[in-house]
Amino acid sequence: MTIDVETGIEARRSTSSAASAHKPTARIGRTMKYALLVLFVIVVMMPVYVLIVTSLKPPADVNPASSWAWPTRWPWEPVVAGGATGFDNWTTAWTALAPSLGRTFLLAIPAALISSLLGSMNGFVLSRWRFPHADIVFTFILFGMFIPYQAIMTPLVQMKTTLGLPSDISTLLLVHIIYGLPICTLIFRNYYVGIPMELMEASRVDGAGMLRTYVSIVLPLSLPGFVVTIIWQFTSAWNDFLFALFLSDTAGGPVSLALNNLAQGAQLANYGAAMAGALIASLPTLLVYIVLGKYFIGGLMSGSVKS
Amino acid sequence: MRKGVRNWGPPLLLISPTIIIIGIFVYVLIAVNIQVSMSNRHSLVPATEFVGIDNYVQLLTEDRFLHSLLNLAVFTVVFIAGTMVFGFIWAWMLDKGVSAEGIFRSVYLFPMAISFVASGVVWRWLLNSAEGDRASGLNRIFESVGLGFLQNSWWNEPIWGMAAIAMPAIWQLSGYIMALFLAGFRGVPDELREAARMDGASEWKLYRFVIFPQLSPVTLSALIIVSHMSLKVFDLIMAITKSIYQTEVPATYMWITLTSNDYAKSAAIATVLLVLASVLIVPYLIHTARAEKGAR
Repeated sequence: MTIDVETGIEARRSTSSAASAHKPTARIGRTMKYALLVLFVIVVMMPVYVLIVTSLKPPADVNPASSWAWPTRWPWEPVVAGGATGFDNWTTAWTALAPSLGRTFLLAIPAALISSLLGSMNGFVLSRWRFPHADIVFTFILFGMFIPYQAIMTPLVQMKTTLGLPSDISTLLLVHIIYGLPICTLIFRNYYVGIPMELMEASRVDGAGMLRTYVSIVLPLSLPGFVVTIIWQFTSAWNDFLFALFLSDTAGGPVSLALNNLAQGAQLANYGAAMAGALIASLPTLLVYIVLGKYFIGGLMSGSVKS
Repeated sequence: MRKGVRNWGPPLLLISPTIIIIGIFVYVLIAVNIQVSMSNRHSLVPATEFVGIDNYVQLLTEDRFLHSLLNLAVFTVVFIAGTMVFGFIWAWMLDKGVSAEGIFRSVYLFPMAISFVASGVVWRWLLNSAEGDRASGLNRIFESVGLGFLQNSWWNEPIWGMAAIAMPAIWQLSGYIMALFLAGFRGVPDELREAARMDGASEWKLYRFVIFPQLSPVTLSALIIVSHMSLKVFDLIMAITKSIYQTEVPATYMWITLTSNDYAKSAAIATVLLVLASVLIVPYLIHTARAEKGAR
């Protein structure tokens, strides 16, 4: 048996609006709707156009009048000796971000794996191997997901200083694991509701204890749930700026900090490098979104507790 | 009794690390935060006395803090209105059957995968405040399509500048609200739609009287999610304007006070944020817990 991630947004079957499509008024309506949808696509994609085009422009192209235009010369076109090209934006950005990119992977991947594993065990005992007052415990954990992290930041910063923790990704790793627990617990709890209770009872009757039931029955069914929590945790650790800013420095921090440094240091002439940097820093999470979109959305939807 | 413990002992043991960790890093730290906010720890020197609610009184009568609250309010209103309107319209258009729905959905939702810091880079450029010949970004577009009067200095405007800051946030999160509404639309049982059609209801009436009323729980969820995100807005402002007075919200003000070692004040600002968030979240959590209990 398998259970899958429900995003709830897929159409269940073709809707019947096609039935009236032969009426002329309906056809005009349909055309207008597509025009509107495409217009929104253009608006949403506009910043992407700006990012890509600006990052490819040679410094000579940077002036307000041509700010929306194509580059006058693409980076791969031949250039008079010594002239800067759009490639220079990318090399500048790469040099500025490369060290932090590796660190961010070292931060985001373990944070995702550890929170997910703990979240899976929590979700299991909160839904399928329950104990008295499990719901109260669940709400107690869930609250941690909704607090503005500012509310714990002052003591957390003081705690870091007192304990002498380093201003690098090792501290951030701990923090992301801890504050990722509520959402991972929530996702797995909702996911495991899909496993029939009879399977647990059968396992109990066979004399299996909690751990054996978890390992031999629940864990093998958990892959889709793990994909959702790992993506969620990876993305939030990768994109995090708040904890990074308060608890780490540019020398040891993640890519968000390095990118912000690159961008804030940028004068108008250097926007190209900042844009290239934004693209580089966004690539991993964008790839995850493109390849595993359904699971990405599954994580998003879990944030809205159903009522 | 023995048997009881044997039954619920192991699961409680399995979850106890999380209970302890969350207990310390959420609840104890919140308590410490409140304690610091009631002390006179305004520098690196350790606190010497308990000052009660003095710091809060000072904060709530301080022009600068009230200004940051006003900024947050403007941002919140524009952000909520924008995401709800776009999210709802997109979901509604897609629900009524569109070919290539998946593509539209993915495009509208993709900004969600990008960090505020990265999108701040491009939006800082788009919201460039120069006008006329020196205009770039959105002002340049307005200029070139003959809508020059729309040019403005964006986040440099007093008060309404925060509405400009809300634009990138709307761009990033409307797709999320669309996904929530789309799930709401698709959660309406087919039988309801069929029954209404059998009764001869037009498409418009079907939506107006059958489907929209079914969306109120989703709308509530969406509202709570966006207003809660709005309270926490920080990354975006830091990325677009850094922490300057014009675009200051409590979260960025808190960063300034903490980095200048005014721990008592930063803790007090944080508590105000926590109270604002709790007003939204606690009733929601209670409501959800009750609804689940009812469903079981």
